[in-house]
Amino acid sequence: MATQLPPVDAVMVGFGWTGAILGQQLCDAGLNVVALERGVWRDTPTDFATTFAQDELRYMWRHHLFQNVAYDTLTIRNNVNQDALPMRRLGSFLLGTGVGGAGVHWNAQIWRFLESDLKAYSHNLKRYGKAAVSAYDMTVQDYPVSWDEIEPYYDAFDKLCGTSGKAGNLSGKIQEGGNRFEGPRSAEYPNPPMAMPYGPTLFAKAAIEKGYQAFPHPSGNVSRPYTNPLGAQLGQCTYCGFCEKFGCGNYSKATAQTTILPYLLMKPNFTLRTESEVLKVETTADGKRATGVTYVNSAGEEFFQPAEIVVLSAYVLQNVRLMLLSKIGKPYDPKSGAGLVGKNYAYQTMGSVNVFFEEKIMNPFIGAGALATVVDEFNGDNFDHSGLGFIGGGYIAQMHTGGRPIEMIYTPPGTPAWGADWKKAAARNYLRAVNLSCHGSVMAHRGNYLDLDPTYRDSFGRPMLRMTFDFTDNELKMSRHLVDKAAEIGLAMEGVSTVKKNYRTGSWSVLPYQTTHNTGGTIMGDNPTNSVVNKYSQSWDVPNLFVTGAGAFPQNAGYNPTGTVAALTYLAADGIKSQYLKKAGPLVVA
Amino acid sequence: MSDGEISRRKLLLGGAMVGAAVVTGAAVHDGELGMPSQTIKGALPWREGAADAPPIATGTDYRFFTAAEQAFIEPAIERLIPPDDTGPSAMQSNVHVFLDRQLAGPYGRGDHFFLGGPWPKGTPEQGYQSRFSPAQLYRAAIPAVESYAKSQHDGKSFRELAAPDQDAVLKALESGEAKLEAADGKGFFAMLLQNTLEGYFSDPIYGGNKDMAAWKMIGFPGAHYDYREWVGRHGERVPYPPVSIQGRPGWSES
Ligand SMILES: Cc1cc2nc3c(=O)[nH]c(=O)nc-3n(C[C@H](O)[C@H](O)[C@H](O)COP(=O)(O)OP(=O)(O)OC[C@H]3O[C@@H](n4cnc5c(N)ncnc54)[C@H](O)[C@@H]3O)c2cc1C
Ligand code: SF4
Repeated sequence: MATQLPPVDAVMVGFGWTGAILGQQLCDAGLNVVALERGVWRDTPTDFATTFAQDELRYMWRHHLFQNVAYDTLTIRNNVNQDALPMRRLGSFLLGTGVGGAGVHWNAQIWRFLESDLKAYSHNLKRYGKAAVSAYDMTVQDYPVSWDEIEPYYDAFDKLCGTSGKAGNLSGKIQEGGNRFEGPRSAEYPNPPMAMPYGPTLFAKAAIEKGYQAFPHPSGNVSRPYTNPLGAQLGQCTYCGFCEKFGCGNYSKATAQTTILPYLLMKPNFTLRTESEVLKVETTADGKRATGVTYVNSAGEEFFQPAEIVVLSAYVLQNVRLMLLSKIGKPYDPKSGAGLVGKNYAYQTMGSVNVFFEEKIMNPFIGAGALATVVDEFNGDNFDHSGLGFIGGGYIAQMHTGGRPIEMIYTPPGTPAWGADWKKAAARNYLRAVNLSCHGSVMAHRGNYLDLDPTYRDSFGRPMLRMTFDFTDNELKMSRHLVDKAAEIGLAMEGVSTVKKNYRTGSWSVLPYQTTHNTGGTIMGDNPTNSVVNKYSQSWDVPNLFVTGAGAFPQNAGYNPTGTVAALTYLAADGIKSQYLKKAGPLVVA
Repeated sequence: MSDGEISRRKLLLGGAMVGAAVVTGAAVHDGELGMPSQTIKGALPWREGAADAPPIATGTDYRFFTAAEQAFIEPAIERLIPPDDTGPSAMQSNVHVFLDRQLAGPYGRGDHFFLGGPWPKGTPEQGYQSRFSPAQLYRAAIPAVESYAKSQHDGKSFRELAAPDQDAVLKALESGEAKLEAADGKGFFAMLLQNTLEGYFSDPIYGGNKDMAAWKMIGFPGAHYDYREWVGRHGERVPYPPVSIQGRPGWSES
């Protein structure tokens, strides 16, 4: 029997990036909030001190900070005709666990979507016609939010993180040195761009010579000491090169730990319980209201936490799974196209180009998670897609994230994977190569979705989540286009000897690592027939249930998701604070 | 127990667990359930002496590999990274010690693998699909590779083969052409190559990368944490000799 706990105003399921943002917002509004996190407590000096944080084996390859699939994983397949099998080891994406979630070991590449990304359906329909948005069984749709609505929340996240960068569009005025394709910003970045090492400098020069703009990547690795609006302090990034997939020992990377927790945890109306795994959202008999959540702690004791508001902030995959396990909403069926929970799962399409230099020393180990210069000409609808056979796009960046030698030694085309010739090539090229990353979108397709696995179960005996996903020709053509453009820039870099193009080909595979940018499954829209949540991330079916995270994306854009994820979380917080607390009920009447 | 503070009992319990974990080198903060659940309120918890420092491998003896397994592993990794003027070989870098310690420890037991059933064969895209933990896979695959080598090369064991024949066996594993009796040869090769690179390039605290010679070979300075003065010095070589998480010879007594 579950022990009944005293009721609270709001319970958060999962305490990563979005849990921390919404928790802070709701506590500031005076609500009594409990956050339940299935992983452990984590703080900088205990878990990623500078004396041992720079350990490639332990963190990257032994998954020390990531979700341990021995306890919980998901099953995967490329299409409905295959049997899904468990992801027995993390690979393509590296899920987070513990306080701070995946935000602990993210890169902190902080992007905003394009205005046209928010209107992926109507914009492309208007410009390219019906066929362009329905090819490849596409199920693309618009976000129910406009640029003007979301911009203040993008700005709030930039200020929280101390994002370091250069604006390209300030209130409609194009700015030299920034991204002129971005939507109008209400303010400049809170911090100046990061200093650039050699590779990004040469890349920017070559790109400009080719007639593109090039600009510094917006970075949540902060370029100078910064105090954010919550009074939390970040130190200057030291370009340590152990950033993505690692925790930051310097308090220089924007994470829940560095930007929110010092403030939130001191609030008397906030409580965090760790090692507490939520099994289910409980609802009233008619299924119209969430009454709270059932969770199990690490001793195996079961509790029922009643709450007026339930927030699923457990990352895309667990949010979808908890919805399905709790029987909230109708599961999506790819055959009939009916149902919505699990629909429009999308991801990211990554390609790359390795650039090798004759003699130039690039020092790849001088790195930071978001250290790069970027070309954005081939993202979203920044270019004419007529005749190309795809929609969407991505950015091309000379990413200088580090030179960790197990993961990041590039060897020229034709080099074997082992033996004397491999060794010679590794020794010769480690200091003399850089990587251009082609970070592309994934549109929504009818056959890509999430549901519950019929066979495999987790350690609590509950069905695992099942992921059915493949790239379609839309993504593969788009990615090819990006890689070809990137290679042209690479070949124009001063001192280059050769480039190696790494196209994304074939089916999506569990290896190698691509990105932890899973999206969709609890998509947002303007009415209950096309979406799981409204623009305030509020469930259409259960109005006291809110679902945060990239699950809300109807399809994924060519940028990293978390800037938009955070902005949508702030929008949800505003909806709750300014409307829901006055009158509990649906915030959008469709 | 009140909800209003970090409970004293749990704090003590937690402290005891951390102490125990340091002794065994087990992972406390590993995202694994099993630590007592904490209630945190009105404080940023921090405990002195609880830092999650990594376990350090000791000695150069064998603790996992049997004599028969050593007879395969040593020449095999020496073909993957052979000795020459470019830099150290796998054996010169103590990759065999690294492999031994890894397979004897949590990684060998598959502590971050899901190994539950059922276990049908998957597509290549579905990745690792075996019931075996890494230690079990090495244990099953090595004798199977030896049988394969014997069947192809007049009854000779892997160690007895000339280098080109050893390479032929390894390539047959790599391509999947060699079908082994008891294990997935291609999967085993992929794991062996990955683990060999790990032993060659990981921090020396794990038993490989002896004298950080592999880092020296490529020009990686190791566990430095501050390159601010070097970001703008384009094209210059960073002159620091490599440093490990434990420092470097002449730096401290360790
Ligand atoms: C290596 C890496 C690099 C990345 N780099 C970038 C980047 O540069 N830019 C970018 O935009 N994005 C990046 N991301 C993605 C980014 O980390 C995520 O978008 C972000 O953390 C999502 O926030 P979230 O709150 O939805 O989930 P998370 O931050 O992952 O938090 C979810 C939390 O919920 C907990 N949880 C799950 N299930 C339960 C349950 N049943 N009960 C209780 N708790 C539960 C989890 O343990 C976790 O702590 C990166 C991710 C990774 C892994
Ligand atoms: S690169 Fe900068 S932000 Fe990233 S971990 Fe290192 S010091 Fe921290």
